[in-house]
This record gives sequence, structure tokens and C-alpha cells, in this order.
Amino acid sequence: MVKPYSMKKNNLHTPPDAVPADTPIIAAHLSKSYNKGTVAALSDVSLEVKKGELFGLIGPDGAGKTTLFRILTTLLLADEGQAWVSGYDVVKNFKQIRRTVGYMPGKFSLYQDLTVQENLTFFATLFGTSVETHYELIKDIYDQIKPFSDRRAGKLSGGMKQKLALCCALIHKPAVLFLDEPTTGVDVVSRREFWEMLQQLKQQGITILVSTPYMEEAVRCDRIALIQNGRILHVDTPSRITGAFPVNLYAAKAASIYTLLKDLRSWNQVESCYAFGEWLHVTLRQDTGNGQALIREYAASRAHAQVVVQTIAPTIEDSFIRLATSNTLPYGSGH
Amino acid sequence: MKQLFVFIRKEFYHVFRDRRTLLILFGLPLVQILLFGYALTSEVKNIDLVVTNVSNDVLGQRLTNQLRSSAFFNVQEQPLSPTQIESAFKKGQIKAALIIPAGFSADFTKARHATLQLLTDGSEPNISKTVLQYVNAIVQDFQRAQQPVTSISPVITPEVRLLYNEEGNGSINYVPGVLALILMIVCTALTSVAVVREKETGTMEILLVSPFKPVMVLVAKAIPFLILSLANFAFILLLAVYLLQVPIAGSLLLLFIITLLFIATSLSFGLLISNATNSQQVALLISMMGLMLPTIIFTGFIFPLENMPLPFRWISNLVPAKWYYAAVRSVMLKGLGLADVWKEMSVLCGMTIVLLSITVKRFKIRLA
Amino acid sequence: MDPVINHQLPSPATADAAIECRELSKKFGDFMAVDRISFHVQPGEIFGFLGANGAGKTTAMRMLCGLSYPSSGHATVAGFDVYREQEKIKQHIGYMSQKFSLYDDLTPLENIRFFGGVYGVAERVIKERSRELVQSLGLEKEANKLVGALPLGWKQKLAFAVALFHRPRIVFLDEPTGGVDPVTRRQFWDMIYEAAEKGVTIFVTTHYMDEAEYCDRVTIMVDGKIEALDTPVHLKHRFHCDNMDEVFYRLARTAQRSDA
Repeated sequence: MVKPYSMKKNNLHTPPDAVPADTPIIAAHLSKSYNKGTVAALSDVSLEVKKGELFGLIGPDGAGKTTLFRILTTLLLADEGQAWVSGYDVVKNFKQIRRTVGYMPGKFSLYQDLTVQENLTFFATLFGTSVETHYELIKDIYDQIKPFSDRRAGKLSGGMKQKLALCCALIHKPAVLFLDEPTTGVDVVSRREFWEMLQQLKQQGITILVSTPYMEEAVRCDRIALIQNGRILHVDTPSRITGAFPVNLYAAKAASIYTLLKDLRSWNQVESCYAFGEWLHVTLRQDTGNGQALIREYAASRAHAQVVVQTIAPTIEDSFIRLATSNTLPYGSGH
Repeated sequence: MKQLFVFIRKEFYHVFRDRRTLLILFGLPLVQILLFGYALTSEVKNIDLVVTNVSNDVLGQRLTNQLRSSAFFNVQEQPLSPTQIESAFKKGQIKAALIIPAGFSADFTKARHATLQLLTDGSEPNISKTVLQYVNAIVQDFQRAQQPVTSISPVITPEVRLLYNEEGNGSINYVPGVLALILMIVCTALTSVAVVREKETGTMEILLVSPFKPVMVLVAKAIPFLILSLANFAFILLLAVYLLQVPIAGSLLLLFIITLLFIATSLSFGLLISNATNSQQVALLISMMGLMLPTIIFTGFIFPLENMPLPFRWISNLVPAKWYYAAVRSVMLKGLGLADVWKEMSVLCGMTIVLLSITVKRFKIRLA
Repeated sequence: MDPVINHQLPSPATADAAIECRELSKKFGDFMAVDRISFHVQPGEIFGFLGANGAGKTTAMRMLCGLSYPSSGHATVAGFDVYREQEKIKQHIGYMSQKFSLYDDLTPLENIRFFGGVYGVAERVIKERSRELVQSLGLEKEANKLVGALPLGWKQKLAFAVALFHRPRIVFLDEPTGGVDPVTRRQFWDMIYEAAEKGVTIFVTTHYMDEAEYCDRVTIMVDGKIEALDTPVHLKHRFHCDNMDEVFYRLARTAQRSDA
């Protein structure tokens, strides 16, 4: 595997301007552990986010997403590796970074006892600007919470809190926006609205790094990094990640889905079998292209009724599971 | 500069929107002043004093009348026998008894040597001690009054007199104590909680990832509580002067400067605590256990320091409130000047410098 | 939109329904948090309880768990009345939520012993079952480590096992898989299926719409009312949607209120 950043690592004297300007976020071999090295939060994480990109960091809780965000936003020091944001070194030039980025932490982090208006004014002033200066940027979002501008932030609904937090993170027109799990615990409706807002922000040329534990949100990003246990499993566009799924994927269902699941798992032909909604997603050990028929036959031999088997295109979640459960990278291409 | 102003304004929003903080700020001083001023006062008034006048002569009667006329005693004249008195003490019916022996007048005028027997309940040492002092003082007065001005008293008697607080106003000692306590709560406990709350809610992350200088967060947190504690200082002084009738004997300016110093010490303590902790609960616990309790125990305003074992007295030197309490007493009650409190002031100064430099040195511009 | 009610349901008088609700309501002042909801859950059924934030899910669940009294309506859980027999309800249900389930500063075994004790399981039985449980979860090595040191997925699996420890007839699961990785999430659902197969009734809330598909039947609450109640297949058919995500979106976007 090629290590694209090894040169930078070796040459520690690289001045910040040597970092490409069209790559606002660069992480190179970042490692971080907690509790005196006993808990590894990040292991050798490298990624690049291009200017104007909506980049998703997809992984479950405890994968290391928040740690990576904190290192990039200068809140934490990495044990190893280097990182640049907007061309600035996250350690040496943390002051410049703090002037150019917007950050929305994972937890709702506004003042609950201040009104919507007061929160916005406070953060605007804190970033050395005013609400009016870049109002155009937040107008569409802020209009939705404007009727409640005199309401205390603590009394807002989950979706509205999120919009206010986004406004506060955008108020100084940051070049790079960091959103740590903005949609966690939020219902489907608000989640969709939020992603639509991010699409609009992307149009304004803001580079966005967003993390989420919801795999289905991956398709809304230009490129994604799948992360688990502190390691990046893969970085690419969502369609290329699913496109690189190395084997045929079958969806099967029957009258008794749980029995079918147990039966398929006990069948030595089956490599993996996971429930996906009303379907079971199945891969076979030796697939010669007749998988559909094989599965159908097997299900019939087990007296399953209403058996349906299809060949399907994998989702990001299929890819994630495959990457997370296999010890070696099955995606030979690319690297 | 504008950022700092907006930040401070925000802090005031927090304070004035939180009923509990407001209650601590202004309810607590009032309650404490009232408690210490009235309910918990150690001052003894209207003690039941049984007088058994065995002599039943002129001087004996005069002495009894003089005792009765003082506000301290509630005199009941009862001709009790020694055994009766003893059993009354045992049953807890009386706390103090004065026996004027037979031939009191004759002894006094002729032999110029008279004896009185004062019995007090030793199980209540505070009351006993006070009764002894008061009776002593009244007897001295009585003695002087009975002697012709010209005659020279051959007996040199030790004089017991209450200094600085001749009216026996007990609340006077509590005012400096309450001041120390309240300022400690506001500056240390409330300040540390206010900083740690930003960590708990996650807003600290946003503050750090902003161009606002991290150390300025501390400044912005300290200033509102400085202002609030000065307001508190004025409030307590007003309560003391107008409610408890405690006079301010010394310079108000000096008192103000000493208080400012103590506020600085307490604020540094509060900021240091907020540096070291990540939860409001812990911050409050450290403030309470680490500072409030020693303030109550080791300043001497509730438990006399002179009675403590030596190691405890050494420890008491580490408690800022002890020095503040001593200085305020000197200025406020005794009317002493700078020359007499410079030592306390320098100790507070030194403590502030040490605490503040640790705080600034340990302040993190990042998380963890 | 008319509520979708599955007409194959047993009649309301069915005595052996695990949960039975009729016109159950909860009012806070003028606010109808839960507005006359009615449904039955059969023994061994996996019953999905969905709704946007603030739709009244938590309030409804609290009433059914015997944690708060309804304002009006009737409900029985495991055959016990939610007004008069709250203590008996608590004896016969298990409860697990994403936010609190186990003590981080106790080991798995200590947690099991504690919760077993709380539910009055005999000491001998606790010992026996905890050995089985640790084995079946593959926790032998971790049995004496603190729960706080376990990965989230294991914690949630253990919490579920603990909720089932006193052999309740019904378990209430409040977003049990939030933030859990996709593989562990599915292992968790395997455990749910296994329990349901043994006859335990599962009442579950989730934000993952694919998990809604794993349920036998699903209710979708909007503004305190039940807007839809049916099998996932019927719901998708009725709303002409490909997946539950779409169904939920179509129903929930009409919501007027959201959580405070």
C-alpha cells in the first residue's frame, strides 16, 4: 500500500504554505490513545478533504470520530502524525485555524438559558463579526427559527436546536465546517432537512466534514471515510465503495425470516448473512453466478414458504460490514 | 474588547436567569446575617439568676437591686438552703445562683473584706463564663459606688471589662465571619461552577475553537463575580450597620481594599478549582469541603482558635479567610489602621499571586 | 389521513394479550402528550413503536411500564392494570434504554447479581443463570472487568440479557441500538428474535428505520396519536413506499409539534 503522506512525515520542516491550498483538511497518520495508551482511539488515520467537498465520516459510536474532529479543530493533540486545516498546522498554527473554522460539537452546545437571538449575537461577537455581516449565508436556515428568536434555546425542539447550532457555527462564514454527529438522536424528518441544508451550504463553497453513525446518510456525501475502532476502513465516493463490493450480493426472504436467517447461517455455503430490513443479505463462499438458484433450492429443502431471492446492489452498510468483519481489505483495487 | 464585554454580559444573563444562583447571592447573606445576628448569638441576656440573700441587710439588698437593674439578669430572690440550691442545679432548674452570706454589710464596711459565692452550671461553660464576667463587673461597679470618693481602696482588684464591644453586642463578631463566608461562596464556588458548566455543556469546545483568547475566558468569568461580590460586600455591610447596629469603627476605604484583596484570593481559588475539574458537582464539592468548611472551622469566628491544638492552628494559617477575618475585625471593630493589618494583607497578596500563577500556568488551551 | 388499523387483530376482550391499550391518554395541563391511543400486542410479538421526537413515545412507554398514571383510558400490561397494579407490572416486565442500563463501575457479574436481586430472583438461580449468560455472550474473559471498559455493543447486549434475566413476559427497549455498529446491531436483533421465539413480547423504539422492518408490527405516532399500525409490508403497500423510511417520512412530516 502506498503511503501518500510519508514524505511530509519525514520532512518535519515543511512550511505550512507547502500544503496544497485546494485541500483544506489533511490528516496524516494520526494516532491517539487515552488512559496512558490503554485505549486506542485513533490508529494511523490519514485522509484528505478537497475544497468545497461534503465529506462524511461514517462509523459507529466509539469509532474515533469525535477524537479526529477534536484533533482537527485544535482541541486535542495527537500522539503521532500531523494534520493541516486550511493549510495551517493544527499544533503550531492553532490560532489561525480557530479563526477560520466553524465547529458544531456532538452534543447540543449552546447556552440553554440564552434566547435564540442572544446565542447568535454572542457567537457572532466572539468570532469578531456581527450577525448582519454574513447574514446571507445563514438566512435560509435562520428564517426557519426566526419566529422563536426570543425563546430560550433550551425550550426549542431538537430540530430547531440543531438549526440554531448550525447558524452559530456559520455566523463568521468559516472556510471549513466541522459537524460532529449533527443528526444523532434526531428523527428522520429533521435529519432529511438537515442534509438538505448541508447541500445548500456546499453550493456556497464551504468545505464540510460531517460525521454520522447512520450508514444510509453516506450517500448524501461527495466522499466518505468508513471508520471503526480508530481505523479508517476505506475512503472513496459512496458509489465507488459500493461498486467495489467484491462478490455477488443476494437478498432473500421467506415467510419466517428468523428461521431462514438461522438456516442460512448454518449452511456451509454461506459466507455471510445479515438482516437488512425485511430482507436477508447473503454472500456465498464459492459463487459461480448461480447463487440465486442455490439459495432458493436450499430454502426449499428447508421447507420455507414464500421464498424470494434476488441479486441486489450493495448498500454502504453492506460494504461497511464486509470491511469491518474481514481482516484483510477485500477491495484490492485502488491501493 | 467588545468580545469581552459581550462575554461578561452573557455571564450576567446566566446569573440573573438562574433562581438558585440569585438565591445564593442575595438570600444567603440575609439569612446568615439574621441567623448569626439573632438566633445563634453567643451573647447572653436575661439569664435566670437566683439570689439567696442570707444577710438580708442594706448592702446585700442594694447589690441585689443593682443586679436586677442590669439587662443581663433576670433576678429571682429565693431564700434557699445550700442543699436546696444543689438539688435545683442538679435538676437543671437554675443555671446560676449568687449567695450573699450573713453579715455581708458588716464585713464590707468594717473588715473591708467581704465574700460572695457565685454558683454556675459548669456543664454550660459559655454561660458560666459570661455570668462570671457580668457578675464580676457589676460587683466592681457596686464596690466603687459604695466607697466614698476620698477613701483609698486598699484592695487592688483585677478588673474584668468587655473590650471593644461594651454593649455586649454579640452579632458584631459574626459580621466579618459572614463576610468571609459569603465572599468565599460567590467567588470560589459560583465562579468555579460557572467555568465548569461550560465544560459540561460542551460550549467550552466552541469557545476554544474561536478566536477568543482562552485565558480571556477566565477573565470574563472572574469579572462578573468580582462585581457581584462587591455588591454583596455592600449589601452585608448595610445589613450589619442598619439591621444589627454594628458600627464600622475604622476606615471604610481600608476595609474595601482588604475585601478586594480577599476577593482576588477567592477568585483565584475558584479558577484553580475549575481548571482541575470537569463536573459542576465536583467543583462544588471541592469548594464546599475544601474551602467553606475550613472557613467556618479555622477562622475563629465560631470556634475560638486559641483553644485549638497546635497543628490545627498551623493549618488555620493556610486558610485565606482566617487572615481576612482577622483584618476585618481589626479595621471594622477595633478601628485599627493600615499599620496593624499590613501583615494580613501581605499574606492575602502572596496567596493570590501563588494561586493565580498556578492557574494561568495550568490553564489548558485545549481539551484534556 | 385515516389511521391504518390491522383488522386481523384479536378482539379487545382478549385476556391473554401482552399489552392492551384502549383510548389511553396523558395530559400535561392543556397539552395532550398522548391522545387516545389504542392497540394490542400479542405474546411473543415484536412490536415497533416509532414516532418523531416529541410525538409522545416516551410518555406512552412510561405509562405502560407503570412509571406514571394515565389521565384517562384503559391499559393492561401482562394482564395487570396500569392504574392499580403498577408494582405487579414492574415485576413482570424488563426495561432497557440506551441512556441508562448498567452501572459502569460494576463488573458484568455484579450488575447481573444486583438486578437479579432487585427483581427478587433467588440467589441460587442468579448464580446458575449468570454463568449461562456469561457463557452465551462469550463474556468469560470480561466477567470481572468493569462494564465501563466494555465496547458499547457488548454493553448493550449485556444490558438486554440483564433486562431478560428475571424472565419477564414483556421487555421494553428504548432505542437499544443507538450508535451501535452495524454488525453488533444485527447481533442484538438476533437476540431479540431469539427472545421473541421463546415467547417474550418485545416492545421497541428505534431511530433506525431498517430496524422497523424487523418488527412484526409497527405503530407510528404523530402528535400524540397513532397514525398507523400494521405490519411493515402492509404499511409500505398502503403508502406506496419502498421502505419504512419513506413511510415514516410521509407520516411524520405532517407533525405539528416537536419535543421541548
